[in-house]
Amino acid sequence: MTSRLLPHAVLVAALLVFALPIWIAVVGATQESSAIARGEMSLLPNLSGFGVFGDVLMNGATGTGPVWRELLVSAGMALAIALGKIAVSIPSAYAVVFFRFPFRMTAFWLIFLTLMLPVEVRLIPTFQVMSSLNLINSFTGLTVPLIASATATLLFRQTFATLPDELVEAARMDGAGPLRFLFDVVIPMSAANIAALFVILFVYGWNQYLWPLLVATDPHLDTVVIGIVKMIGLDRETEWNKVMATAVLALVPPVAVVLLMQRWFVKGLTEGDK
Amino acid sequence: MERRTLFPGRALPALLILPQLVLTAVFFLWPAAQAIWLSTRREDAFGTSTAFVGLENFADLFADPLYVAAAGRTALFCTAVTALAMGAALLLAVFADAEIRGRAFYRTMLIWPYAVAPAMAAVLWVLMFQPQIGLVGAWLNRVGIRWDYRLDGTEAMALVIGAAAWKQVSYNFIFFLAGLQAVPKTIIEAARIDGARGFHRFRTIVLPLLMPTVYFLLVVDVVYAAFDTFATVYALTQGGPGQSTQTLVLKVYLDGIVNADVGSSSAQSVVLMAGVILLSSLQFRFLGRKSAT
Repeated sequence: MTSRLLPHAVLVAALLVFALPIWIAVVGATQESSAIARGEMSLLPNLSGFGVFGDVLMNGATGTGPVWRELLVSAGMALAIALGKIAVSIPSAYAVVFFRFPFRMTAFWLIFLTLMLPVEVRLIPTFQVMSSLNLINSFTGLTVPLIASATATLLFRQTFATLPDELVEAARMDGAGPLRFLFDVVIPMSAANIAALFVILFVYGWNQYLWPLLVATDPHLDTVVIGIVKMIGLDRETEWNKVMATAVLALVPPVAVVLLMQRWFVKGLTEGDK
Repeated sequence: MERRTLFPGRALPALLILPQLVLTAVFFLWPAAQAIWLSTRREDAFGTSTAFVGLENFADLFADPLYVAAAGRTALFCTAVTALAMGAALLLAVFADAEIRGRAFYRTMLIWPYAVAPAMAAVLWVLMFQPQIGLVGAWLNRVGIRWDYRLDGTEAMALVIGAAAWKQVSYNFIFFLAGLQAVPKTIIEAARIDGARGFHRFRTIVLPLLMPTVYFLLVVDVVYAAFDTFATVYALTQGGPGQSTQTLVLKVYLDGIVNADVGSSSAQSVVLMAGVILLSSLQFRFLGRKSAT
């Protein structure tokens, strides 16, 4: 039955293409750096070598600080961006959907414009704004400018627009004001969307590279993604086992968030965008 | 869709939308306007003052063979990344949508790479393809195929295309799978009864229904390849060897930040801005008011 086997063969091959580098990183982390450098890496882990994870966490590798601190910066950055974007986008979408005020649509389109202005197209001026606000090499500079979000505002606008008018009428009859309605009805009813968006935004924040490269040159503010690229950038004496251990540590948090919240995340991603 | 029931008041909504507007204005709109302004100016030889030069920076840009080459290279890169990522994802989604055992497992194993950062994709690809230590890279050299992307521009280009596409398959897979699941099973069943088989059924029934997803991903992937791959390419090759993997975003960064040529880098930014606006409006035409992360 070749027609039965073909899908499995293709899917298993694909799965290996994605999983193999991870396996290599886990296995390689446990081996001698010199053996890896000679291209003599075993495909099975050296069970006594797992101490390298503790070592990079506490001491880092040549040219970088301890990985625990990088992980902390990454986690802080990802959480601040994800929660910040959600906290800023819900009120702005709520204002656009449930109120009428002058320049409402102008405001909406201005927010929308940010979709077309990724940091790459405004690199130097953004850097200049950051330095005139004294935000270079600060955690605020690392996170706050990324909190403006057209994507999240658009998504919440869509979600809020589908809430039935009867709900609002009932709330108003009960004497609930707009803020009460927001906290007691709108936010609880959008919980699934908020969860989905959290996953997308956490991964987005964790995975930033160009932004921290631009605004944070202080090694104390290195994220783990920045740190690991620094490690492989060294031409001589790269400590490959440490690179691999750090790679694994850098991948675990975002992958865990995606896997743990897979159901919500897939639904939120595909429904939000289409 | 307009809402019938609204809350009264002007101060509260203004207050609610204010934080978002302030962030947008300070960190997006103002710098973007500055980029346009800077693109029309040039520093004197001592870097002490700047003068208005009109569109000269743009004229210089398009007359610069290095820039034109980078633009062509970027077009090739975007096309290859998009075609590979979409092709592989569609194939995998079709198989993972079929009634086979272990479906949920396969899906999970194809969805997790969404979490891999573009820069991490580069790191993982170094572990696979580095000529001395990489599993595949070292093996190629052992069996006598010379492979070193740090010296050979074509190999470097192939490597960055591969890594960038590898990272994007999972995103496309999620959307294709959702698209396939939305195809009514009754239509497929009817086609099967009419005798439409396998690939023919897919091409004539499923694919047309999937076209909105295809268009959507086409735009998303081109934008991804043009912008988000900065980290992948920069971490893998830094644009080298020579300029062989220098895409337009790398050039903006290298010219502006590393070489501090503000006028030219700003002009390049403005060209890219025009590109994003063009792509976004295409997306709007296809899909109405829809957005992507």
